[in-house]
Amino acid sequence: MDPRFDASTDTIDEYLARHEGKQLLRFLTCGSVDDGKSTLIGRLLHDTKGIYEDQLAAVEGDSRKYGTQGGHADLALLVDGLRSEREQGITIDVAYRYFSTEKRKFIVADTPGHEQYTRNMATGASTCDLAVLLVDARHGVSVQTRRHCVITSLLGIPKIIVAINKMDLVDWSRETYESIKADFEAFASDLPSREQHFVPMSALEGDLVVESSPRAPWYEGPSFLELIESIEIGAAAQETAFRMPVNLVIRPDLDYRGFGGRIESGVVRPGDRVKIMPAGTESKVSRISTFDGDLDIAGAPRSVSIVLEDEIDASRGDVIVSADQPCIVSDRITADLVWMHEDRLTPGREFILRHGTRVTPCRVRRIVERLDVDTLERSPVDGLELNEIGRVEIETDFPLAFDPYEEIRGTGSLILVDRIGNWTMAAGMVRGRTEDNRWTATPVSGEDRDGQPDPVSPAERESRYGQRPATVLLTGLAGSGKTSLAALLERALFDLGRVAIRLDGTTMRRGLNRDLGFSAEDRSENLRRSMETAKLVNDEGLICIAAFVAPVASTRRKAAELVGEDRFLEVHCAAPLEHCRSKDATGLYAEAATKGLENIPGVDFEYEPPDAPDLLLPTHELEPEESVNRILDLLRTRGILR
Amino acid sequence: MSAIKDQLSHLQALEAESIDIIREVASSFQRPVMMYSIGKDSSVMLHLARKAFAPGKIPFPLLHIDTTWKFREMIAFRDRTAEELGLDLVVHSNQEGIDQGMSPFVHGSRVYTDVMKTQALKQALTAGRYDCAIGGARRDEEKSRSKERVFSFRDRNHRWDPKNQRPELWNLWNTRIGPGESVRAFPISNWTELDVWSYIHLEKIPVVPLYLSAPRPVVERDGVLIMVDDDRIPMEPGEQPEMRSVRFRTLGCYPLTGAVESEAATLADVIAEMLIARTSERQGRVIDHDGDGSMEDKKKEGYF
Repeated sequence: MDPRFDASTDTIDEYLARHEGKQLLRFLTCGSVDDGKSTLIGRLLHDTKGIYEDQLAAVEGDSRKYGTQGGHADLALLVDGLRSEREQGITIDVAYRYFSTEKRKFIVADTPGHEQYTRNMATGASTCDLAVLLVDARHGVSVQTRRHCVITSLLGIPKIIVAINKMDLVDWSRETYESIKADFEAFASDLPSREQHFVPMSALEGDLVVESSPRAPWYEGPSFLELIESIEIGAAAQETAFRMPVNLVIRPDLDYRGFGGRIESGVVRPGDRVKIMPAGTESKVSRISTFDGDLDIAGAPRSVSIVLEDEIDASRGDVIVSADQPCIVSDRITADLVWMHEDRLTPGREFILRHGTRVTPCRVRRIVERLDVDTLERSPVDGLELNEIGRVEIETDFPLAFDPYEEIRGTGSLILVDRIGNWTMAAGMVRGRTEDNRWTATPVSGEDRDGQPDPVSPAERESRYGQRPATVLLTGLAGSGKTSLAALLERALFDLGRVAIRLDGTTMRRGLNRDLGFSAEDRSENLRRSMETAKLVNDEGLICIAAFVAPVASTRRKAAELVGEDRFLEVHCAAPLEHCRSKDATGLYAEAATKGLENIPGVDFEYEPPDAPDLLLPTHELEPEESVNRILDLLRTRGILR
Repeated sequence: MSAIKDQLSHLQALEAESIDIIREVASSFQRPVMMYSIGKDSSVMLHLARKAFAPGKIPFPLLHIDTTWKFREMIAFRDRTAEELGLDLVVHSNQEGIDQGMSPFVHGSRVYTDVMKTQALKQALTAGRYDCAIGGARRDEEKSRSKERVFSFRDRNHRWDPKNQRPELWNLWNTRIGPGESVRAFPISNWTELDVWSYIHLEKIPVVPLYLSAPRPVVERDGVLIMVDDDRIPMEPGEQPEMRSVRFRTLGCYPLTGAVESEAATLADVIAEMLIARTSERQGRVIDHDGDGSMEDKKKEGYF
């Protein structure tokens, strides 16, 4: 379905050069059953001369059989595909159409307006840059108009055209057009803002579809086709941070190892620093190779093969990201789901989750709320029905390296697949890491516990112990020297006559936290309980030395808030992974390599180093005594030790 | 205003999508195979597969279903291509059909196609225990294909159920199947006929010379020009093959493939003619005209 070639004015080489250089725009059409979607698409195909004579003849034959337009060839029949649909006169699935003009090539996802087919709309919307929402001028903004608008917004389609159709049936009334436009704008103002256009038209009669129309002298804007030919496309996906899920490793011989994948976001150049997520291992891009030779730059949505400078282990499911703008890593995520199956979704159900090229078992832990797409109200529910949209918390067996969907679609989307029947049950838009709200349940602290006055005042404690209370968090990779440093520090403080107690991950897990494992959630809870303990210790006037990996920056922030910013000191034991691995005092890394242990910070998921620690200790270079001295100096500087 | 840093043309965008799908097949399935029909769409797919795994080799075999009635030039092209590119080519014919002397002239296109194509394909897929067959179907070819999935699910009998296809979102392909089930993957779903030709032109991909016009012996039957490719075509009384300058818009079994009269002897000429043409490419295929929705019925039975 492409524009005709006119041999009298054009050479074929010129024509091909133009065709080969066109850009691609994918758009979705939606609206109620009778709003005229199929007619619009049929009209576009017809008026851009994309219909062949035999196809038109077939449609004329079909029009006599099924047509609804009297004597006219019913152009809608061009796009209604399967026989059962033709007989029912409605489209019941997503159909893809293709046409091109002199300027662009278009892929149209044609989706049904029938209300139980939210899933088809979500499907069509997922790959589109633009939504075209048809509104019947006689009926104005309907429940379905709103619903479809909300779905396209949730699915993150960045631009929308509201085509107010059947203007011929309201005598091209400007008032009608303006009032529908105002209604729509009022409604859409509750949604995240996006580029929005309005165009009046009659798809049946062809007015303002391709060319301007004398029937609407009051309308000075572009026709529908002019709009879709001029809307900006493609740039946004290259503005965001570089992301490429690894699809496969290409290793034809010992000299070449490339990570094949499709760039989902941003651009990459040789020499760029990148990280392999979720492990967080860093390297540099050495080559961007393709069948046609190496590239100096590659941007979304190109498929390439990336060769790194270092011999780094990465495999399908990992994501190569910009080192300066890494993504979030978590095995507990919050997402909005479009539920696509007749069976009701209930909490606790297990699925296979696909995100990027990662496939992992997962469990829907909790259904937070359902979104009513008609009223935009959110209400708590204990299940989701077919075509409902709701927010859920998901726990994955393998941590995901993701971005919020509204920032990067390619690394913010997921599907849930039934473990037995393999049906695609849900589409998900990741909103973020699941916030652990236990952290916020901070008990009352300080002088007035349980309404009882403190028997010993802070000033009295300070005077007795010669110190102000504080919590020193020693954070760093396993093997970075945290535990032995904590012991030396306690000894040093004791020798100085001060009072400190020591908490570390291993001992906490032996008792108080023996119910916890090593998932991101459990690590967070391990730290939370330990920090609650630290807080109690501090309230008694003592110094707490806490040695924990604490790999997640946001969790350390919460620890600081819990203990109190003014008495929380973050000390980063910054020995690099290679050093920790080679030392491997506890045999953890060796065991991980042989037994395939998971959830090791810096190996399976990223350790997020503090941006601005109170103290940075290169523990791989310093003698332990020197590290202790630096911490003591810090305590003195901060007025904790007098 | 944001600026594009690496501007992709629509052909580059389509190519990137197709490469990603082909890689997905190689990563997700145990025993994938690429259908190779020798036509222009197959030539494009083969080219894309080479790109997907470069500098490595294509990690799966190519399967050709030989009905034994293909144009001779097609077979020569197939063998030359396999030789030059070092492909792992598997050729299968339905021996039962050959033994029964199956012929489109004797048994009619419907029965012949079912036995020599549909049944032969099922035999080959079963024998090879292939869990994914990559095909060159495009959504713009025919109405029933416009809703086809990129990863199209087939039951244990290789059947396609239009009501039992999984939703496909983003490029998060659901490639999971149960024992005995399979998937047909269509990496060039979103390409149009012009895209295919433009890409062949741009990338200088070799195609069977039958696509270009040359004097060829033909007979006219029911308004369709049939090439006399060998002596198995029975002549009607008084019928004489005549040399005409013809080419083919699609390639299949010679008795079922209509030629068009044309002087277009170069690829550019063919594309120019196509752009002026007023009939769609499938019109040359006898198979689509057996009845309304006939392609849909054939697909349900397991035809590609």
